[in-house]
Order: sequence, then structure tokens, then C-alpha cells
Amino acid sequence: MPRVWKFGDQVNTDDILPGKYAPFMVGEDRFHLYAFAHLRPEFAKEVRPGDILVFGRNAGLGSSREYAPEALKRLGVRAVIAKSYARIFFRNLVNLGIVPFESEEVVDALKDGDEVELDLESGVLVRGEERFALRPPPPFLLEALKEGSLLDYYKKHGRFPGE
Amino acid sequence: MGQTLAEKILSHKAGRPVGAGELVVVEVDQVMVVDSIAGSFFKRLEYLEATPRYPERVSIVIDHVAPAANLEVAKAQKEIREWGKRHGIRVFDVGRGVCHQVLIEEGLAQPGWVVVGSDSHSTTYGAVGAFGTGMGATDIALAAASGRTWLRVPESVKVVFRGRLPKGVTAKDAALEMVRLLTAEGATYMAVEIHLLDGAEALTRGERMTLANLTVEAGAKAGLVVPSGEILEMYRVPDWLYPDPEARYAKEVEIDLSALTPRVSVPFYVDNVHEVAEVKGKRVDQVFIGTCTNGRIEDLRAAAEVLRGRKVAPWVRLLVVPASSQVLEEAARDGTLLTLLEAGATIGTPGCGPCMGRHMGVLAPGEVCVSTSNRNFRGRMGAPDAEIYLASPRVAAASAVAGYLTTPEELEEVHA
Repeated sequence: MPRVWKFGDQVNTDDILPGKYAPFMVGEDRFHLYAFAHLRPEFAKEVRPGDILVFGRNAGLGSSREYAPEALKRLGVRAVIAKSYARIFFRNLVNLGIVPFESEEVVDALKDGDEVELDLESGVLVRGEERFALRPPPPFLLEALKEGSLLDYYKKHGRFPGE
Repeated sequence: MGQTLAEKILSHKAGRPVGAGELVVVEVDQVMVVDSIAGSFFKRLEYLEATPRYPERVSIVIDHVAPAANLEVAKAQKEIREWGKRHGIRVFDVGRGVCHQVLIEEGLAQPGWVVVGSDSHSTTYGAVGAFGTGMGATDIALAAASGRTWLRVPESVKVVFRGRLPKGVTAKDAALEMVRLLTAEGATYMAVEIHLLDGAEALTRGERMTLANLTVEAGAKAGLVVPSGEILEMYRVPDWLYPDPEARYAKEVEIDLSALTPRVSVPFYVDNVHEVAEVKGKRVDQVFIGTCTNGRIEDLRAAAEVLRGRKVAPWVRLLVVPASSQVLEEAARDGTLLTLLEAGATIGTPGCGPCMGRHMGVLAPGEVCVSTSNRNFRGRMGAPDAEIYLASPRVAAASAVAGYLTTPEELEEVHA
């Protein structure tokens, strides 16, 4: 079952992927192995596809490096829950097809290591007997997600969702 | 109803009046790509089976690791040069400088333009009245392929700077004070609109760049300085490029420049801003003067003024990296460079330098750096426990001489 990896407030993109491990420094095939190299060195080895990342406030502030969330995608992360997001990180998540859910209560309720199930379209999260309702993704994102990512959407339709 | 400056620019681009909260798709005047994500940018264009729709509206800058620090980077930068030639895209190669400084010098950001860049400090273009915003590789590739981008029209925060800076206090101190007041998330999703009044209009383009640059550290999508002063002489500013007096702001903040003192941002958060007096005496291993925040000629001159006739402390490495080749040339011509060298500075290739901890001055465990850059995050310049204190070029230079964090004024007293 997918597990929760819980982080604190103000986790920046240098934390998610330090600059010295950028794909053009270490190679396109390796950079994701350094996700959270400083903050949580065991993460890249232990994370499993489908695991959920949970952040506090202002998640992903700092550098615009899309390779930070891209490293998470390579490791199989499909959804993130945060109390709030920095805007470039939010956009990058949407563009890559990782669903950015937002909720103070759910973030407070979840603990590191929890085993959960999350339906990406409806936003229903289940932990044991408990059910939490996350606000489902906005239509713009859902439309893009149906094709995989915003890039896939644009490739297929030659326009942005809703345009 | 009155419009903010952000609403004005995006309405102009959308061809209809738009307000905060609306999603718009707008034409992009300039797409800026940096070396560190160019590979991802090419791959995404390839996947789209597209090439830049308007080649003259795309610039690639080799600045984040320049010159190449290892084989992977060397290969990536070779690909940039070849790709640029193949598609008729301009490439600013090793040594030309930091992307934002280069675009401003080349006139590739103009008042009223929308400029998207693959670097978060693209807010810097707001110094000349352009809506500059940072994005990731996918957004940048889509902008290049389509000539457009999607944006949510942002709410705006109004920041009023009033009066004149006292001697020894700089635009960097004003910018750090702004980030402290707004906090690291206080302007998330918003445009910060900077109004310079009662003498503050005298701030130069370079000083405005420092202000607009740091707005992203409060989470801003864009940092727009309302055109005034020398900007009106240097640029053709469209007559519609002003916020309406009755525009509505999400928040308003006022900063009295004349009451400001030197500031320092203490690790590991940019908004953890204090007076230098509160942290003075911290022993320093490295001092870095440069970056898109403070690597301009006025910054190098300010440092040289402090360093003239003095020597860097024996245990300190002073690294100076001019923001561009033009800055370096000017510093060579007016003697600034010699003053820096005589004091014991090492000069690096114009570009981003050690700002991201990739080369040219990586910090060892436990080391302390005073930097004129913009981020002091954990591990940013090297070891996770190394400490970065963000300050002005004057404070950085004084700290290099003393070997501990201090101001030029304190230095005078000690030596008097």
C-alpha cells in the first residue's frame, strides 16, 4: 500500500533536488537518485511508485528547476498534498501530471509512514477506517491529466485546455 | 474599475480588459532559457515535434555553470551551441554573463513586455516595467513552441518605497527589508508592484533590478517597478503602462528608505532578515560578491570603495564574479578591478558563479559565507551545514576585510 512521506514547512526545491545534482551535472539517467539527498538521504532508495508526499506551507519555494518535481515523477510519485504551494512548483507539478492537492486538515492528520490509498480524480483519501475528502483537481488540470500531462495535451490538441 | 500594473500589461496582451483571478493565454515577447535546463527544453520541443515559433523571441544563456565544470556539463553546452545554430536561436556563450543582466543589457526586456524565463529570478525584468516571470522547462518549451503562455492574472501587493537611502545603506538592504515585511510566502501567486516616491525615483536601473529580483523570495509571480526616473530616459515607456490610482491591492506595505540600516539575511531562510548589528562578529570563511542580485558595476564599485587600501583577512577567500562581460570591462576601465585585486580578491568568469553550489567556490562542512546573492537555503552552496548570510556588497566587502560579519562603518571605528 502507498505510504506517506511527510515533510515540514518551507521545503524548497534545493531541498528536493540540490543544484549540484541537476541532470546536466550528473546525467539524465541519474539525477532522480539524489532526491532529498541532504534532507532525507534514504528517500530515493526507499520510495515506492504511488507513494504520497506531504508538505506543510509554501511547498517547493525557490528555484524554478522542473527537474526537482521531475525527479519525484521518475521515482513514481503521482500526488502531493500540501498546506500551500509556491507558484512555480505548483505549475511544474501540474505540467508534469503530478496532482497537487491542498489541505491544512489532511496534512495535519497524516503522519510520516502512514499507509493510505488516494483516488487522484475524486480526491478521496483512505487511511484504515478513516476517509478524508481532498478537493479534486481543477478542470484545467483534469483535462491535461487525461492525456498524461500538459505537454501530452498540447501535443494532441495543439492548444491549452480551455483555450 | 481601476487596474493594477499587472492587470494593465496582461489586459494589453490579452486584447481585452482582464482582472485578478482570470486565466488568460497571452503572447510572449521573449523566452529566456538557461544552460542548466536546456537539455530538458530541447527534449520537450522534440516530443512536441516543434521548433520555436518565433526564433527571434528566444534566447539561450550559458551562465549557470560557465565555463563547464565537468564532462556532463560540457556535453550539454556543446548541444546548446549546435542546437542554436541549427534553429537560428541566439546563444549567449560562456563569459557573457548572468541571464537577467544580459537580457537587460541587450534590450531583450522592454517596458510592457511579457518575458518568461527558466529561472525563478526572471522577476528582475520588472525593473524596466516588463512582466517577467519564472517557469519550468515544460512551460518554457510550450511558450517557445506556441509563442504563448497561460497565466492566472495575479492579485497585486503594493510596496511603496519613500525617501532617499542614507549613506552606507543600499538597494539590497531595502530589498531584504521588503522580503522581511512580506515574508517568504506573503506574495505567493501575486505581483509585487513597487512604487518609488519622494526621492526614491532616483534609484537607478541596477538598483531597481535588485528590488525586482528579490520579490520572488516573497513568492511573487512578477515584481513590477512602476517606471520613473532614469527608466523614462532609457526606454520608450508606453503611455498606458501605469497603475490606475483607484487600482485595488491585496496588501500595501510602506518602507521609509531614509530610516533604513544595513540588513543581513540569516540562514536558512531568506526572510529571516536582521540588522547587521545583531549578528556581527560571526567568523567568515568566504565572501562572494556577484549574481543577478548584486553583480553590477555599481556593486563592484561599492565593494571597491570599502576595500581601497585594505587587505582581505588572511583566512578569508574573496570571490568576485561580475554579472556580465560589460560589467567586467567597465570595472577594468575605471580601475575598480585593480582595487579589488590589490585587496586580495579572486575574479571569476561572468555568470552565476558559486550561487548554486555547483562550482567556483563550493562551501565545505561548517563553513560560513557572506554572499550578495539571493538564497541562503540549507546546502545551497555546498555542504548542508554550511551557512550563507545574504548582504549588500558594502557589508560583504567589510566582512572580507574584518574576517567576521561587520559593516564598513564598524571597520572605520576599529581602524581609527
